[in-house]
Amino acid sequence: MNKLVVSPSPHARSAESVPKLMYGVMISLIPALGVSIYFFGISVLIITAVSVLSCVLFEFLIQKYMLKGKPSHKDGSAILTGMLLAFTLPANLPVWIVIIGALVAIGVGKMTFGGLGNNIFNPALVGRVFLFISFPVAMTSWPEPLQRLKYINAETGATPLAVMKEGMGKQPVSEIMNELPGYLDMFIGKMMGSVGEVAAIALLIGLIYLLWKKIITWHIPVTILATVVVFTGILWLIDPESYADPLFHLLTGGLLLGAIYMATDYVTSPMTKKGMIIYAIFIGIITVLIRVFGAYPEGVQFAILIMNAFVPLLNKYIKPKRFGKEVKHG
Amino acid sequence: MGLLTFSLGGIHPPENKISAGKKIESPGLPEIVTIPLAQHLGAPSKVVVARGDTVKTGQIIAEANGFVSTNIHSSVTGKVLKVDLFPDSSGYRRQAVQIQVEEDDWVEGIDLSDTLVKDFDKSQDEIRKIILNSGIVGLGGATFPSHVKLMTPKGKTAEYLIINGVECEPYLTADHALMLEKHDELIVGVRILMKGLGVEKAIIGIENNKPDAIKIMEKASAEFDSIVVKPLKVQYPQGGEKQLVQALLKREVPSGGLPIDVGVVAFNVGTVYASYLAVQKNRPLLERVVTVTGKSVKKPSNFLTRVGTPVSYLIEKAGGLPEDTAKVINGGPMMGKALSRLDVPIVKGSSGILLLMEEEAYRKETQSCIRCTKCVTVCPMGLEPYLLMTQAEKAMYEEMEGEKVMDCIECGSCVYTCPSSRPLLDYIRLGKGELGKILRARKAV
Repeated sequence: MNKLVVSPSPHARSAESVPKLMYGVMISLIPALGVSIYFFGISVLIITAVSVLSCVLFEFLIQKYMLKGKPSHKDGSAILTGMLLAFTLPANLPVWIVIIGALVAIGVGKMTFGGLGNNIFNPALVGRVFLFISFPVAMTSWPEPLQRLKYINAETGATPLAVMKEGMGKQPVSEIMNELPGYLDMFIGKMMGSVGEVAAIALLIGLIYLLWKKIITWHIPVTILATVVVFTGILWLIDPESYADPLFHLLTGGLLLGAIYMATDYVTSPMTKKGMIIYAIFIGIITVLIRVFGAYPEGVQFAILIMNAFVPLLNKYIKPKRFGKEVKHG
Repeated sequence: MGLLTFSLGGIHPPENKISAGKKIESPGLPEIVTIPLAQHLGAPSKVVVARGDTVKTGQIIAEANGFVSTNIHSSVTGKVLKVDLFPDSSGYRRQAVQIQVEEDDWVEGIDLSDTLVKDFDKSQDEIRKIILNSGIVGLGGATFPSHVKLMTPKGKTAEYLIINGVECEPYLTADHALMLEKHDELIVGVRILMKGLGVEKAIIGIENNKPDAIKIMEKASAEFDSIVVKPLKVQYPQGGEKQLVQALLKREVPSGGLPIDVGVVAFNVGTVYASYLAVQKNRPLLERVVTVTGKSVKKPSNFLTRVGTPVSYLIEKAGGLPEDTAKVINGGPMMGKALSRLDVPIVKGSSGILLLMEEEAYRKETQSCIRCTKCVTVCPMGLEPYLLMTQAEKAMYEEMEGEKVMDCIECGSCVYTCPSSRPLLDYIRLGKGELGKILRARKAV
């Protein structure tokens, strides 16, 4: 008979794998992608395809020629980063800017730290923030929905959050709201905004899928959303004519996309449930602070990146509940 | 209302109880048995026979060597061929007695009948002495000498006896078979151990993937108010002593402590049956139920096997070694040890022999940790396996003490669940070993 295989226990493995988890997240993004294609048409396909292809290509090239390591572009993480990056961009962004975003996301955000698992900041957000600071005009002009065959030539306008920021303090919130799409339109994604952030309903379906498949737990997304609702709710109760209501904050901007997909990124979020909750509360607070009191209309991207930086600290000091610390006699 | 289970972590691997429902059979006697002198935790026993001696079944061939040690009996009748070093299941050569099997002539005074003997009049001290003399150790796998567990240390009080009928390891069915066939004997055994321990209450914990065993044990224990059967939700590693105590009583054994610290002593059902045989039938522990199983095994079986029987003999009796066998495990797939050779003997702690096929035998390629937190979530001890692995890789052994690495029960849940197939437990074991050396050195100063 053949030689026996000898290895230490355990001898059984679950069917989990990194690509399987990555593809699970991608599947959950399909509804959001679908709604976006419906509202913004062909441009969404261009942006997403360019972003995904350049992320995979940059990962492959850097891994092969600079790090000279095993190619890792097949584990699905670069495809996912590409999808998420595209989701944070306006649909009318020129191709060359998207490619620069992908290079920064993969090159600076991920590979400089050593590749998958070692990066401190969410790569897609690193790419987005780089573009946001470098190309402020292109990154803040948004195509109006339902111009399905137009790309960079689309009619543009401002997002509801930008309109709100512009008007706040000058006119009552109820008047600003009259200029904006209704909540139902916002819920289904018929408004101006980044490719993947507009459709609340599609993102919530994605969240349910992720929770059902146990790819993520509720701790981060639910805590962020709850914090935003509570914080904006308090402000709104104090003065409904100076501050927008919590529903407005939930449905607009990148909050849902950020809370469900960016803040939950395995690599850049805390390792314990307690840590996750603290991290998520601060993301919620910083988001609202920037949106309501800061210089930018939207704050999710900065909130997540700031809290990414605190994750190593949270992992160091927030420990899971150990078994057998206290002796109970019952 | 949900079923009882432990509160931290846990996994649910495929159960694969292929041999469930198979009657306990005798595989017969091999030609030669090899009986190791170190089959239990603690000091190896002192051999009292020599080459050329003729021994009878049930005769003591090695005596307890200290308090945490026990007697070892011949499992056959025949001539001692050699007292020498023989490879055991670890692959190392260790002291063992090899006996040429001639017949099966038991020492006088041993009751070999199957009649149930319900009544006993032995005192607590007598019970403890019989358990020691009969060589009984924990048959769940830890093989801790049972008489030691019956002696409650000063300052502690035993309140509950817990009987472990969980059998949470996939594939294994030895305890299940025992509960189905020897339920009445087990209840007598429970009463004997309750008296030996001096407690008034006993709880039998069984996972609810064995509804037949739960039912039959409930029926068998119905006349005793002091013995209750509690069904448990299926969750690995519920058979771990600390997890079981917590699941049944909501008491947490303190870090570095024993169940007795929370007033509990736990025995496996196999140990309970051995105690019954010892006290009621005067039969020492020289055989046990061993599951022989695997997806390609022709005749998955529960064999009542004599200690010292070669693993290869049992595999032969289960239909022979399948062509595609690549790994043979002594125990279950989660905590069992892979064997490097098949001529090694079954010992008191062997609960099963599991044959894995080519495609199940190898580990998957290791990838980077993606910090998915699954290992932290499933750890039943509330540890952070990803962190412990990194610390062990960097030889930060002293830091691992603060991260409670010594609490690790090596259940393997972290490795099972890791999507990157990282060898977490290998490194944790390394850390435990190295930290153990540091701790011992610190004590010695």
